[in-house]
Amino acid sequence: MRVSRGTRLSLRVVALGYLFVLLAVPIGVILWRTFEPGLSEFIASISTPAAKSALNLSLLIVAITVPVNVVFGVATALALVRGRFRGRGLLQAVVDLPFAVSPIVVGVSLIMLWGVNGWFGALDRAGFQVIFGIPGMVLATIFVTLPFVVREVEPVLHEIGQEQEQAASTLGANGWQTFWRITLPAIRWGLTYGVVLTVARALGEFGAVIMVSSGFPGVSQTLTLLVHSRYIDDHNTYGAYAAATLLMGIALVVLLLMTLLDRKRSDR
Amino acid sequence: MITVTSARKQYGAFAALDDVSLDIPSGSLTALLGPSGSGKSTLLRSIAGLEELDSGTVTIEGRDVTDEPPQRRGIGFVFQHYAAFKHMTVRDNVAFGLTIRKRPKAETAKKVDELLEIVGLDGFQHRYPAQLSGGQRQRMALARALAVDPQVLLLDEPFGALDAKVRTDLRQWLRRLHDEVHVTTVLVTHDQEEALDVADRIAVLNKGRIEQVGDPVTLYERPANDFVMGFLGSVAHLGGQLVRPHDIALERDRATALALDAKVPDSPGVIDAVVERVVPLGFEVRVDLRADSGERFAAQITRRDAAELQLREGETIHARAVGRSSVVDHDPALAI
Repeated sequence: MRVSRGTRLSLRVVALGYLFVLLAVPIGVILWRTFEPGLSEFIASISTPAAKSALNLSLLIVAITVPVNVVFGVATALALVRGRFRGRGLLQAVVDLPFAVSPIVVGVSLIMLWGVNGWFGALDRAGFQVIFGIPGMVLATIFVTLPFVVREVEPVLHEIGQEQEQAASTLGANGWQTFWRITLPAIRWGLTYGVVLTVARALGEFGAVIMVSSGFPGVSQTLTLLVHSRYIDDHNTYGAYAAATLLMGIALVVLLLMTLLDRKRSDR
Repeated sequence: MITVTSARKQYGAFAALDDVSLDIPSGSLTALLGPSGSGKSTLLRSIAGLEELDSGTVTIEGRDVTDEPPQRRGIGFVFQHYAAFKHMTVRDNVAFGLTIRKRPKAETAKKVDELLEIVGLDGFQHRYPAQLSGGQRQRMALARALAVDPQVLLLDEPFGALDAKVRTDLRQWLRRLHDEVHVTTVLVTHDQEEALDVADRIAVLNKGRIEQVGDPVTLYERPANDFVMGFLGSVAHLGGQLVRPHDIALERDRATALALDAKVPDSPGVIDAVVERVVPLGFEVRVDLRADSGERFAAQITRRDAAELQLREGETIHARAVGRSSVVDHDPALAI
């Protein structure tokens, strides 16, 4: 299709303008506000005990969520693509549930399950606190991030087909060897994106986590919850900006790390 | 020797293999030939263990492997679309089976280099499959399959995805390789020319059954039925019988035709036909004809005969069969 120069230019202006207004301006404003008073102010704001604890908690939740989602996400994707079992259609629909359900609802349902008066309340009464503790926040985060790895790996599995795996088996590889040497390297890009999305969402999850967090600064506040409480409860606008910038920074570092790691591996 | 006994495989209502039994002698190069859906690939994949039989057994060199997974059958398998390990170099692809078997590094490297030389990919060790042509990828896949010293080499339409020139080259090359390596080889193909060219034995399959097994000459000259005759080489319908086009003689004089035809037992008789087209094919000439019954057929005659006859399009000529390859009468149910 031939498009005139004028149309092409105006299409570009519209697309870029849209991105600018929706993405670049808000991020730019936060960055500008954060660094306007100087770098030392920023560092002071993100090294308060509450901020340090929030950072640690956020990273801890990510560190638990990512491996769990990688293992179960890849297994689920394999079952969905390769499996021939009854209820596959149902599983297919269930995987998307976290996308469809509001995070608040997830939080409420977790309280109903694990709270003192919930189905599994016995655990809480026995002294292992799930709700208003770290386990509850991890559960909530795993729930909302569950589809990412599955949905990124699934199309790649479809695309690579089974011939390479079959070739490996005719060459003497057992199921486990085939998975490690053939399947995993083939899906690594999908898996990488799945992990990046999981990390981003785990860092940024608010609705589900705030429901099951006790919200005490320095105890059970993630970075995202800290941004919220600094802005709303403490009216500490600058502190909120600084924490938000830190959040963005971590997400960016994760994205860069994953890309670099992957490039290194495929170079070899 | 590979022995398949009473193999059955059903996909829903479709019988891919319907009670197939077949012996493949050690050291032979056997082609499984048939149209698509005839079960030839299913049979090959069942020998490899990539497909599980509903019933029946597979033995390889006297060992019953029916319940063994592919990795314990001692086979090498080559796929139509190469199944190259895309994230590995050519060297790692070929070395895969040896790496899995934890052979010493030096031994593996030596074997890989030897094989790459045999398949003509010396110097390509550090390339990735994406940097190879189709023919090169398939040769790499062959080297990879041969690296583990398989008892049998199974090839599933190995040249099907390649263009015509590369296909014929690789065919010749496979034939020579087989003469050197002597590994029992089974090749699946739907191309009768390929089967005749490369194989020393051919099994013709149709609708999940084996129609005939034999050497190429036997199958061409004494086909067991119309299906085999029609699938190997071209055929013409002449007076309700199947005849090879080069077994049809054309006469200007009807009396001569009748007299000569009387000497041929069980002949379809003399057919009067109109010449529709005369096509020179180099050494031979193909004459497209239409019988009085409306049935069209083609005769293939030598240039000299054609020159003597001085055929013109639109005139009537008398066709007769000089001999028949087929030993069976025309069965309309099997007509191609």
